[in-house]
Amino acid sequence: MTNQNGRFGIHGGQYIPETLMNAVIELEEAYNHYKNDSEFNKELTELFNEYAGRPSRLYYAEKMTKDLGGAKIYLKREDLNHTGAHKINNVLGQALLAKKMGKTRLIAETGAGQHGVATATAAALMGMECVVFMGEEDTKRQALNVYRMRLLGADVIPVKTGTATLKDAVSEAMREWTSRIADTHYCLGSVMGPHPFPTIVRDFQAVISKETKEQMLEKEGRLPDAVIACVGGGSNAIGSFYHFIEDKDVRLIGCEAAGRGVDTFETAATIATGKVGIFHGMKSYFCQDKFGQIAPVYSISAGLDYPGIGPEHAYLHDIGRAEYVSITDEEAVNAFEYLAKTEGIIPAIESAHAVAYAMKLAPTLSSDKIIAITISGRGDKDCAAIARYRGEDIHE
Amino acid sequence: MSNISKAFENGKAFIAFITCGDPDIETTKAVVKAAVDNGADLIELGIPFSDPTAEGPVIQGANLRALSGGITTDKVFVLVKELRKDIDTPMVFMTYANVVFSYGAEAFIKTCREIGIDGMIIPDLPFEEKEEFSGLCHQYDVALVSLIAPTSENRIAMIAKEAEGFLYIVSSLGVTGMRSEIKTDLASIVKVVRENTDIPCAIGFGISTPEQAKKMADISDGAIVGSAIIKLIEKHGKDAPRYVGEYVKCMKDALR
Repeated sequence: MTNQNGRFGIHGGQYIPETLMNAVIELEEAYNHYKNDSEFNKELTELFNEYAGRPSRLYYAEKMTKDLGGAKIYLKREDLNHTGAHKINNVLGQALLAKKMGKTRLIAETGAGQHGVATATAAALMGMECVVFMGEEDTKRQALNVYRMRLLGADVIPVKTGTATLKDAVSEAMREWTSRIADTHYCLGSVMGPHPFPTIVRDFQAVISKETKEQMLEKEGRLPDAVIACVGGGSNAIGSFYHFIEDKDVRLIGCEAAGRGVDTFETAATIATGKVGIFHGMKSYFCQDKFGQIAPVYSISAGLDYPGIGPEHAYLHDIGRAEYVSITDEEAVNAFEYLAKTEGIIPAIESAHAVAYAMKLAPTLSSDKIIAITISGRGDKDCAAIARYRGEDIHE
Repeated sequence: MSNISKAFENGKAFIAFITCGDPDIETTKAVVKAAVDNGADLIELGIPFSDPTAEGPVIQGANLRALSGGITTDKVFVLVKELRKDIDTPMVFMTYANVVFSYGAEAFIKTCREIGIDGMIIPDLPFEEKEEFSGLCHQYDVALVSLIAPTSENRIAMIAKEAEGFLYIVSSLGVTGMRSEIKTDLASIVKVVRENTDIPCAIGFGISTPEQAKKMADISDGAIVGSAIIKLIEKHGKDAPRYVGEYVKCMKDALR
């Protein structure tokens, strides 16, 4: 699906300072070499299985199915991975690649902290230095994850510029990379940024849909009717969609964060409210004003609080292959509580956006239909914030 | 021949970067005039962007102050029109790809020609992506200025061969901002540039003192200064024009 310079239709590309061009070219060459290298793939599979705990379960949510009274619901349990989210898939791949390239230092951005924790984890495992950039606002929302990263040996740098959230952390990580390239790999956490990142991250996350497909065929003897995942930059969603893209009968549904609503200024729903632009190395959809200034976005979920979307999602939207819907804070929090009470599973507030849409969709479908929801991460990190949302102040 | 070449006819060029609308449009106008009156050979006008990923803290701050002050692309165009009544010094825009793209590339570049902007520098538009705007730039005779970085190595010849206006050589790794020392082997970069183009080249990033400017200009055709000027504006606000004028004079004198 990628052509020259990493285009997905009109989207993608390499809109970055000249200083970084040889670094991304070096990365692309290394990736093209190692992606078909049997030794590399053997090592990565071993890390996935022995260290991260893959394959993740495809769990039939029977109580939820009965309660909603429609389609049969399966949960793809990425929350059960080591470090508690899908982020580890990409990070193990990139860290191993960086190591093969002779890099000794990983830098990363993080929103909710899950990607930062995953990167710090891989760095600890592989004996690499690690620096994580995190919006100052997010370091407050996700204080526990800041502690986890430091415990794992990473330096966490609070970013105070702009809105002090994920987009500013990405900008700062890019600035850091331009100042130190020789020994440093930028371990980008989503399917965004300049080529080859959207392709590399997708390929490492595609293990999700590869497994879902196999597991579904084994359990049900057929493919699901819909695959639902939350979308910020879009890495767990593209990983959940990828091996179903050619299966045209499978609906692919990405759930964006509407924040306080797509008709308010406090939203992060890029497809619903953005327009095509160029930012953070890629052409894609971005929330912006009429002069191209990037809009300050908002969501209760630090991981979805990003003004753009990965270029492959933008393309899947353009050609109508995937649908993108918006879920408000309130709907996500309700889904967070619902899944906890119904199935005894506390999803990440990000993943709760996908659960929320499934709760709307399932009752409209007949009982012979099947939905697979990706639970991209676990919700322990969100408990204090959700309690606050409900007016209860608890200490983490 | 591009108007930009005039900037390199008075000995080594001194190129001043100024963020439009920092802290307000009137001050920008006065600062530009002061810089020109005191010998600046080319003015780089920054159109602020909310998320300037190639800038260090000083210019990031200028972008933020200008946007808080209400600057927009349309207001910058009006500012340039007014400046052009008094000055004929070459002027180029320095901004990010999204500012041009979101305005409508053709509308933006056509306006550049109409108001007397001679070129544009887009730090997030490398060689591989320059087709995004290069066709329109040729159509309206606006030079799309390319950058060469310390990491460009095998790319220098390719970039130099297609260079327009002047070549912007980035002195150091990292973002814009003042540096105590510039360690890159710039002479060998300039040598490859010279082998591949007759277009002049100037060095920027990290230059703040007359000594640094002279050293950079000795091996190239000019020196570009941004953060040091922005610092003066940050410090003196509306009174900045006088201080910027003195500073530019002192820098240009070092290059004569």
